[in-house]
Amino acid sequence: MTFEIMLDNILRVARDYSGLFIQGIGYTLLLAFIAVTCGTILGTLVALLKMSSKKILSVLGTAYIELFRNTPLLLQLYIFMFLLPEIGINLSPFAAVSVGLVLNTTAYISEIIRSGIQSVDHGQTEAARSLGLNHVQTLRMVVLPQAMRNILPALANEFVTDIKETSLASTFFVGDLMTTYRTINGATFLTLEPLFVVGIIYFALSFTLSKLVAFLERRLRAE
Amino acid sequence: MIKFEHISKKFGSLEVLKDVTQQVSQNEIVSLIGPSGSGKSTLLRCMNLLEIPTSGRILFKGEDITARGVNINVHRQKMGMVFQHFNVFPNMTVEQNITMAPVILNKMTKEQAHKKALELLERVGLKDKADVKPAKLSGGQKQRLAIVRAMAMEPEVMLFDEPTSALDPEMVGEVLEVIKNLAKSGMTMMIVTHEMGFAKEISDRVFFMNNGIIAESGTPEKIFEAPDNDRLKDFLSKVL
Repeated sequence: MTFEIMLDNILRVARDYSGLFIQGIGYTLLLAFIAVTCGTILGTLVALLKMSSKKILSVLGTAYIELFRNTPLLLQLYIFMFLLPEIGINLSPFAAVSVGLVLNTTAYISEIIRSGIQSVDHGQTEAARSLGLNHVQTLRMVVLPQAMRNILPALANEFVTDIKETSLASTFFVGDLMTTYRTINGATFLTLEPLFVVGIIYFALSFTLSKLVAFLERRLRAE
Repeated sequence: MIKFEHISKKFGSLEVLKDVTQQVSQNEIVSLIGPSGSGKSTLLRCMNLLEIPTSGRILFKGEDITARGVNINVHRQKMGMVFQHFNVFPNMTVEQNITMAPVILNKMTKEQAHKKALELLERVGLKDKADVKPAKLSGGQKQRLAIVRAMAMEPEVMLFDEPTSALDPEMVGEVLEVIKNLAKSGMTMMIVTHEMGFAKEISDRVFFMNNGIIAESGTPEKIFEAPDNDRLKDFLSKVL
């Protein structure tokens, strides 16, 4: 009896609020996309810092990575939310949350990129340097293109992880899927039903994307 | 052409090279032989500063390349190097392996580099492989590619670090043949090798290294037929 009512409510919620769910999916994907693309650019720089032969730069890179990996993301988001206005940067909640997510993801991606670069045989670097290429030319022409094979699947996995991590951003009502849940919950006083719908959507996104990544990874390996 | 003076190299507390002084003249071919761990490869790798000597200096065409503020990349363009494990670039085609460096270093236009690459590939019998990836090549073909990749920069010295040690026996000959042809063209070369017959045939001088020093040097005839050094006699009795 209660089960039937619940199933009925789930279907009703899914139907009545379909627009809101789609919007939530959009924002969730957008946040994850911003985090991974900006995180890749910044992560490359942090990885190069950490691998620098100059002690001070490498300590700086390491400090950044350890700081962001050893504190909770939610705490980081809170800090950016309150810190940015404090130093005169007034951003919308969405933008502030994006900044927090990007900086957090940067730390994880820089480690992906570093291990990708270090997986390339050192003989490749030596051969390039022996031809007269400088450090940057060697990275650009020889090392990075080879590192990509290991980096790309890991980056795609980071994207899938970020889809789930962005749920924390709902704390600040930024329009992601979890925000959708909170909105529906407020309007209908239903708790479990919208949660189930949101859960199914997260699962579907995450599951299909990670299967896709695994498939692409096998293709890359086979090449 | 290359002079090295009082070269020492330490890895931690391990002293691999101990105050080594010698020189290689223009058009000269020098082979470095000796037991494993004697410092041959390290000495060779010091010539283009892939290994930075702990002390001592290296003069290339009269210029001290170990001095502070020297742009080593400029000098490396004049010193080709061939490695034991080929180190061809798997992300590029055979032709791109050759043209990449001259083009990116503004030594040649793309068109000139393309012509040069085909000419070099023709010379080592790989012209039909220009557009394939190195993964499709045999070990001997990869090493021939590695040699012409270095040649494309038109170096004045070639450094060979055990060029045939990683090859299947039936492929050693084709690589040695390419090196011999290079020798005929008058290229200055330093070759670390375990192929004694080859060293004897090709070299103007041979350095026998043992325990981080050049224990004996001289013409191949002297080194192989009338060695003075006891350690060299012992070494030759094992490898010949």
